[in-house]
Amino acid sequence: MPTTRKTSTKRKFAAGKLALLVATRKGLWLLRGDHTRRAWKINGPHFLGQIINHAVLDPRDKRTLLVSASTGHLGPTMFRPTDAGRTFKEVPKPPAFPKVEANEKGDQGRSVGHTFWLTPAHANEPNVWYAGTSPQGLFRSEDGGETWAPFSMINDDPQYRQWMGTIQDGTPDGPKLHSIIVDPRDPKHMYFGMSGGGVHETRDGGVSWKVMIDGMDVVEGFGFDPKQPTFHDPHCLRMCPSNPDRIYQQNHCGIYRIDRPSDTWVRIGKSMSKKVGDIGFPLVLHPRNDNTAWVFPMDGTQVWPRVSPDGKPAVYVTRNGGNTWQKQNTGMPKSQGWWTVKRQAMCGDACDPVGLYFGTSSGEVWMSRDEGKKWACIARHLPEIYAVEVAAL
Amino acid sequence: MNVLIPDALLSYTQKRRTQAQGATLAELLADLDHQYSGIRFRMVDEQDRIRRHIRIFVNGEQVHALTHALGANDDVVIVQALSGG
Repeated sequence: MPTTRKTSTKRKFAAGKLALLVATRKGLWLLRGDHTRRAWKINGPHFLGQIINHAVLDPRDKRTLLVSASTGHLGPTMFRPTDAGRTFKEVPKPPAFPKVEANEKGDQGRSVGHTFWLTPAHANEPNVWYAGTSPQGLFRSEDGGETWAPFSMINDDPQYRQWMGTIQDGTPDGPKLHSIIVDPRDPKHMYFGMSGGGVHETRDGGVSWKVMIDGMDVVEGFGFDPKQPTFHDPHCLRMCPSNPDRIYQQNHCGIYRIDRPSDTWVRIGKSMSKKVGDIGFPLVLHPRNDNTAWVFPMDGTQVWPRVSPDGKPAVYVTRNGGNTWQKQNTGMPKSQGWWTVKRQAMCGDACDPVGLYFGTSSGEVWMSRDEGKKWACIARHLPEIYAVEVAAL
Repeated sequence: MNVLIPDALLSYTQKRRTQAQGATLAELLADLDHQYSGIRFRMVDEQDRIRRHIRIFVNGEQVHALTHALGANDDVVIVQALSGG
């Protein structure tokens, strides 16, 4: 294992005002926590009836809350606050692909189905945001989310379009560009993932991109070439806040870690229990310790049930960079818990000890105040949860 | 001409009936978007395709093409088809 920078855990990060932004298939709910993180007050629904794919508070100004929405009956849109968050308005120009005239085959250009992923840009670039869409597209806003434009060449590049595949090649509700990561040391150094289409990196602000799939497995038994990005399905990428050279990945085919400048992913999920496996969607990293990561495994056998294996939900943690994993399920159902946790629906705060949060597709929000040792349900009976983000107010 | 707005788009217009101008359906939708920024994209995608759950009727007849010619006194009804759970 490559050497990585150790970080101090002596400092205490007390819980200030925290809010969970719970994006669901039917609207947005807020859960406001007290300073102990024991009491949570639910607030909502907001945007009732709208499909909320992602809601993110800008950590740079702690005011701009972008909410990606669609209704199922209308085209996609995005909401942003107008007056310190008291009211929201729809942005005038959400992400959209360029108009393309139909060719002789009748093929037309692509249309954004929904904005799936939102990432505030570098701290030195206020008001800049990035968005990933379904079907896959990468967009950038320079005015706090009011207007969006295609970013870099990938949306229309023939090679990238081939890797992205068609609407039939992605997740059930469309292929997605996700996990847009900006290096805190350099705003021009970025990563993103595509389901499907692999992991990609730029060091020149999106002028050129490099494929990063070495070491990643593909689905076996079909003769898929692992050198082809189109066969790779990263579900979630996270960069260690304490070590930007270390990235963890939850993939359709396992859990991985990479330590730059290495270009090869290491499948650290092989050390998971064989009965549980290393398939899943979300992945959360410790804010101060680059050896600690949490995952929420799913049943990836046969027809891909995508629920907790054997109906026994559990988070798994590694505290040594993936050499070993331990189950964390105290407080969760010991049986008949058929939960699904989507890739954006698990997150952590920056407190000490770290608070962990996840939302299920069956509408429950669970949290742990002690880095996963004990879990408690803090909201239930919500619609299907798509994303959970913690916001420090 | 008169344009009837469906419930799902009242957040833009704040009223059920509004006025808009245009010699074609495309021009009418552009005028609506000029008045109510962003409303067109909810009904028509970036490739100028009327979205799946949007229906537009002119004088009681369903219209499918943005090139459809309109008269000054035409009555336009925009309908949001509802489906799913």
